[in-house]
Amino acid sequence: MTAPLLDVKGLKRHFPTESPLFGAKRFVKAVDGVDLAIGKGETLGLVGESGCGKSTLGRLIARLDEPTAGEIVFEGRDIARLDDRALLPVRQSIQMIFQNPFASLNPRMTVGAILEEPLIIHGKGDRSKRRRRVMDLLGQVGLRPDHVDRYPHEFSGGQRQRIGIARALALEPDLIVCDEPVSALDVSIQAQIINLLQRLQRELGLSYLFISHDLSVVEHISDRVAVMYLGRIVEEADAVEMYRRPLHPYTEALLSAHPEPDPLAVSREIILEGGVPSPVNPPAGCHFTTRCPYVQPRCSETTPPLVDHHPGHKARCLRLDEIEGNRLTEGARTVEHKS
Amino acid sequence: MTIATLPLQNDDDLPPRRSLSRIVLKRLLTKPAAVFGLVIILLFVAFALVPDLFSPHDPYAQSLIRRLKPPSFLDRGVDGYLLGTDHLGRDTLSRIIHGARTTLLVSLFAVVVSAVVGIWAGLVAGFFGGKTDAVILRLIDMQLAFPVVLLVIAIVAVVGPSLTNLIVLMGLSAWPRFARIVRGSVLSVRGLEYIEAARSIGAGKLRIMLRHILPNILSAIIVYASFELARMILLEATLSFLGLGVQPPTPTWGGMINDGKNYLSISWAVSLFPGVAIALIILAFNLLGDEIRDALDPQLSHD
Repeated sequence: MTAPLLDVKGLKRHFPTESPLFGAKRFVKAVDGVDLAIGKGETLGLVGESGCGKSTLGRLIARLDEPTAGEIVFEGRDIARLDDRALLPVRQSIQMIFQNPFASLNPRMTVGAILEEPLIIHGKGDRSKRRRRVMDLLGQVGLRPDHVDRYPHEFSGGQRQRIGIARALALEPDLIVCDEPVSALDVSIQAQIINLLQRLQRELGLSYLFISHDLSVVEHISDRVAVMYLGRIVEEADAVEMYRRPLHPYTEALLSAHPEPDPLAVSREIILEGGVPSPVNPPAGCHFTTRCPYVQPRCSETTPPLVDHHPGHKARCLRLDEIEGNRLTEGARTVEHKS
Repeated sequence: MTIATLPLQNDDDLPPRRSLSRIVLKRLLTKPAAVFGLVIILLFVAFALVPDLFSPHDPYAQSLIRRLKPPSFLDRGVDGYLLGTDHLGRDTLSRIIHGARTTLLVSLFAVVVSAVVGIWAGLVAGFFGGKTDAVILRLIDMQLAFPVVLLVIAIVAVVGPSLTNLIVLMGLSAWPRFARIVRGSVLSVRGLEYIEAARSIGAGKLRIMLRHILPNILSAIIVYASFELARMILLEATLSFLGLGVQPPTPTWGGMINDGKNYLSISWAVSLFPGVAIALIILAFNLLGDEIRDALDPQLSHD
């Protein structure tokens, strides 16, 4: 197997909380030991509910934040602890698309200036070459050349997100971290942006880390999907496999809560009890013990490892074999057809 | 279909191009208070630029025969001396007109000095945060805790009064307020996604501060500067009144009030009119500042 483009190992990010007057300093364990890999031209979808640490993970990989521990190996080099100066060449290769197109563009800069800035910073070409590149970028994302001198407030949300995508493309990156790139957009515009991202991937051979809480968008765009819960990856598999045969109880519940477009389908929604525990003080052992319908005392004693249960299908659960056996005997698929 | 000609939905609904400064100016001109302020300020600026065009007399010409005359429209007034004369028989109106230059010059440069120092301090404090922020905040507190007039008295006693000293001292006395305003604005902008985006394309700290943060807090700074200008005019008048400002015989409004204070019981006009001039220009800057703030309010920008 060839080395992946990005290989994240044991990545952690702990944010210190307001230090108490007495006692030990406490930490929010936003990302708590994540391993994942992305190959060239591949899209890895990252799903999870709000606050599970998926955006923090994206920011760490784009090196907008400092990891507490772990490695981020990009093209064979660990970039987890590089300083700003050493990161400069890396930033050409890893770019980011942001969630909110109304906040991610500087309102005092024209579209041309926004797209030209990365070229200036990285010393790409002279004025006329940069101008030509800016025009190419506008064309690539489906904007018109005469948009170049306009300000962000003159555009709609979808158009702004196109500008954000063009900015991310300016330096010809290999990997783009897409942090909920369509969550702030109307559904009809979402489809356009997703299609644009897929077309760009085909044409430019990009790799994506696609972060979203929208399961159907992730299913559509991803080659592989990773599910995150309380700072850890709990399951990772090929997208088709993941949606057809979720292993981890959390993934199972997550997918069952997802509306089924087929009117004939009988959905068996699994309702999870309680809320997400605080990442300051997560449950011992498996983080999902407080809400898991299959929980046993031993689940709180050891942290289950993320291991292959089927080829290429990893999950982090001690009771997986028992649970899966049960599911199969009871025929308890989350969704089945009436007919 | 080539990439460049891909159709884009909703691409014809772009609003007509409008520059922000034009919108703001247009909005200002519909407000009576703003127009009033603007007219007063322009009038005094004209006085400051070409005083000889407006002043009926030489502001230094003394005449003991017509000293302490009341305004010409009152009893015992002398024709041609609209606002009366001071204790040396100099024309009050001419001295007010000539005094505008000193006042506006000193105040403007003092604001520039304090803005330059304060903007840097505020940008650095707000952007870097942590210990840097704490140190700058303590410096601000120290400076604010020290009475400005006392500071100026002490320093002028050592270095002597001069235009430059005055400007620098007044400027340095006001930087903490600028720094606090700028710091607060930086904090509100620093966490926005476009700052993250600038970092993700590799923009350095200086570029982020000057290209991404500063332009987006400039309107707050402009509004604050107009209030600060009014405050500086008052401070300059105070210092001139105390004899710490620009020295006689150069006419200054504060100095003129001081000249008249011994004659208040026999001729109130000598002190009153420079006082009115100070009040008017301060009012004008405050009105204008208020209106600029309203005009720049993003909540109103979609009307």
